[in-house]
Amino acid sequence: MTDLHAAGLRRDERLERWKLFGLASPAILLVLVILVIPVGWLFYVSFVGADGNFSLENYERMVSRKSYLRIFVTTFQVSILTTVLCIVIGYPLAYFISQLPTRWANLCLVTVLLPFWTSLLVRTYAWLVLLQKQGLVNQWAISLGLWDEPLKFVHNMTGTLIGMVHIMLPFLILPVYGAMRAIDKDYLKAASNLGASPRRAFWTVFFPLSTPGLFAGSLMVFVLCLGFFVTPAVLGGGRVIMVSMKIVSNIELFVNWGAASSLGVVLLALTVIILWIASRFTRLEQMAGGGH
Amino acid sequence: MNHKIALTIAASLLATTALAQEKSLTVASWGGSYQDAQSKALFEPYEAATGVTVKQESYGGMSDVRLQVTSGQVTLDVVASGSGSAARAGAEGLLEPLDYDMIDVSRFPDAFYSEYCVGGDVFSVVPAYSTKTYGDNGPRGWADFFDTEKFPGSRGYRGTVAGALEPAMMALGVAPEDVYTELDSEEGIERALDKIRELKPNIAVFWTSGAQHAQLMKDGEVDMTTGWNGRFDNAAADGAEVSYNFDQGLLDYDCFAIPKGAPNKELAMEFIAEISKAEYQDDLPKFITYGPTNGAAYETGEITEQVAAVLPSSPANMAMQLPISLEWYTKWETIAAEMYQEMLTE
Repeated sequence: MTDLHAAGLRRDERLERWKLFGLASPAILLVLVILVIPVGWLFYVSFVGADGNFSLENYERMVSRKSYLRIFVTTFQVSILTTVLCIVIGYPLAYFISQLPTRWANLCLVTVLLPFWTSLLVRTYAWLVLLQKQGLVNQWAISLGLWDEPLKFVHNMTGTLIGMVHIMLPFLILPVYGAMRAIDKDYLKAASNLGASPRRAFWTVFFPLSTPGLFAGSLMVFVLCLGFFVTPAVLGGGRVIMVSMKIVSNIELFVNWGAASSLGVVLLALTVIILWIASRFTRLEQMAGGGH
Repeated sequence: MNHKIALTIAASLLATTALAQEKSLTVASWGGSYQDAQSKALFEPYEAATGVTVKQESYGGMSDVRLQVTSGQVTLDVVASGSGSAARAGAEGLLEPLDYDMIDVSRFPDAFYSEYCVGGDVFSVVPAYSTKTYGDNGPRGWADFFDTEKFPGSRGYRGTVAGALEPAMMALGVAPEDVYTELDSEEGIERALDKIRELKPNIAVFWTSGAQHAQLMKDGEVDMTTGWNGRFDNAAADGAEVSYNFDQGLLDYDCFAIPKGAPNKELAMEFIAEISKAEYQDDLPKFITYGPTNGAAYETGEITEQVAAVLPSSPANMAMQLPISLEWYTKWETIAAEMYQEMLTE
């Protein structure tokens, strides 16, 4: 009798598993078709040389030409600096918003999200119009006597960073804000009650509790920055060359796709390594929700 | 109901066969004011003269042709292209060789046609300058462009190697006719790059598109830049304080080519032969400031002396310029481009 029961349960369990698999299969198929196959193909063509045979030439080129290393260095430099600037500007702002009453906080969040409704290209060109030599900022500052010669804000690293920080900021603020909202205010009250100064309460209680959100947001900003194209291309003045731009120029220059896809493979590998290191410090699934 | 659908299908089938009997060609170009000019000067008069229908499309360049040819689904009969990318596509086996028994190029300068493509219009890479900064005493020739003592001010320069090394070579004092011999080695390329390195602190922007270099001059972001002459004409017409001259300009051309396996290859060849004639080409400058490739177009009386003076391919202007060497680009472009990028990222 019990044996029969156990067998029935096992059968039900197996059925259940197949049903779940059946339900998940469209998603699995989708991931397979739009992710696994293209990435596999990318990996494959990066090992195809100009003559159509297996070759390491696309990787050898990256070692023998100094420009490739410099381009990767620039890419990481820009991404790290953008992330740091986003934290410096975004964390205090998220803290400020999280301390507001819900209604005001929501209003502030809408203004943070507002730039999302304008195309990235338009926002980038807007910075160009504002910051160039004869741009609004220089014209006003000179007429007000703040400085005499137009300052070089764009067509260099400064312009690239201004544009990218502006675009990336919401990606940092949202997860940080989410983490801050989830912190129970009683913890802070308890800290004060036990004699901690507001500063001490912030650094020993509030800040550590907000770090998962901060970490998730920073990681998201950093990874998105690695693949940036439009902003550095427009605001960098041709000097700030990132990997994505090199991929485009290699597609135009070399007759085979391999010359470009090898760059993609290296960038992907470096990104995976960074995510792996990051995952040792925090749980990656927090990136999605930003909560606990 | 079903009856009606069947009738419609039958009717449309009949219509397509009727269309197929009429001769037609599919021609792809880059759209915009450029294709409008081609359409008015070349395609529409061709239709009127021959009764062949020209179906026009705009396309994304030789990468589209590569996709069509490699997948065996060629729909384009004729494509307009830059000379360099056509030469590369030809070497890659994506284009049909042109039949120069049919296409009369006897009055074309040698530099304006090649095995796989025949020139349709000529433009020039020139040093343009701000008339606000330099008045009418702007730079003449590349030595002036590289001379920051005689002409202080910020520069714009091309962000890719195409048309970027020749000016540096001429600024070094190399005669135009010797530029490509001097550049025919890595050492030669390095010499030209060193000259650009010298100018680099004064180069504010490395531009990547024609729209960009025109805008840079319009906004006064740079005082001088290299770029394509037609763009500066348009900017000047829009009120920008910009001028240029053809001294030591680099002559380049846009061309027509036939993708490998084009559905109407024979007709495409006839089409190219027809629109390469002087009586078609002499109308092009009425719509855009690009010069004809057929030297005879300057003799039909359609192009006045005034117009000829601003066209890069008029005999007087051609004499002071250097035609781009496609052989050099086929041989050196990938190597030179990597070396150029090394200079850029330093």
